[in-house]
Amino acid sequence: MGEAERSVSQAPKGDIEIRAVEARDVPEIVKLDERSTGVSKCKYWRELYSYFTQARGDGRAFFVAEQQGRVVGFIAGEIRAFEFGSEPCGWVFGLDVDPDLRVHNVGTQLFERICASFKRAGVDKVRTILDRDNHLVLAFFRSQGMMAGRFIQLEKDLD
Amino acid sequence: MCGLYAVTELAAHSDRQISASDIAEKYDISLNHLAKVLRTLVRAKLIESVRGAGGGYRFSGNAKRVTLLDVIELFQEIGGEAGDSASLKHDEGKALHSILREVDEFAVASLRAITLSTLVKIIARQQNGGRADSGARKSSAIGA
Repeated sequence: MGEAERSVSQAPKGDIEIRAVEARDVPEIVKLDERSTGVSKCKYWRELYSYFTQARGDGRAFFVAEQQGRVVGFIAGEIRAFEFGSEPCGWVFGLDVDPDLRVHNVGTQLFERICASFKRAGVDKVRTILDRDNHLVLAFFRSQGMMAGRFIQLEKDLD
Repeated sequence: MCGLYAVTELAAHSDRQISASDIAEKYDISLNHLAKVLRTLVRAKLIESVRGAGGGYRFSGNAKRVTLLDVIELFQEIGGEAGDSASLKHDEGKALHSILREVDEFAVASLRAITLSTLVKIIARQQNGGRADSGARKSSAIGA
């Protein structure tokens, strides 16, 4: 299925449609992200949208879940190669679902869609990284079959 | 582990009740010890006992919400300070303590992120993988 094609499924308040992001979605993505993180990042999401849509289909994937004309979730990621000594693989950078619609498979549909996109682009592994205190999203990715990988993240406070 | 085995077995078959003796036999656990564990799980409302003929225990929690850490914490304290206070009196002890704490924090993060529902899925995947491996071995044997 091409990325421009759409998929539709049932949810409590109406059908959920998973589709590629469009410019008109950015303000709603900003709102959704702000509701979850408490920080408004208009510039960040505008730039990310531009970056992802400049080379759409070139390993970059940005999808939204829409319900009754409203964006209720999104996922963004891309295929990266050879950083950290890694073989090419898909990375999920961002995922969010409207808190009112959680546990209704919206995140699962978004994740499955981006995985299918990565698979079509020729990779067979997907990775992500997140704060270990982000219990909700960690549990979501675990529920999707993700396990701890081979890479260990290290850091140091700079003096 | 006994509590995790029991609750996982019941969560994996949430549509029916299972007797304590069946669980004890499957996991090679003493029935006496298992009885105490099951009482703890009942008090935590993760399982309920079903009386009468064909009675036993049934899962009654929310498998998508209950994590492995939730179950473990019913039986032991998690997140306490590793190492005794004596080992923190010298630099070597403090350095080792910080590394062990790092390991513990990762372990706790993993246990907190895996729900019973996810564990049941992992078990199913391993069983399917095992069957696939077995099938592949059979195929290669036939091919040979």
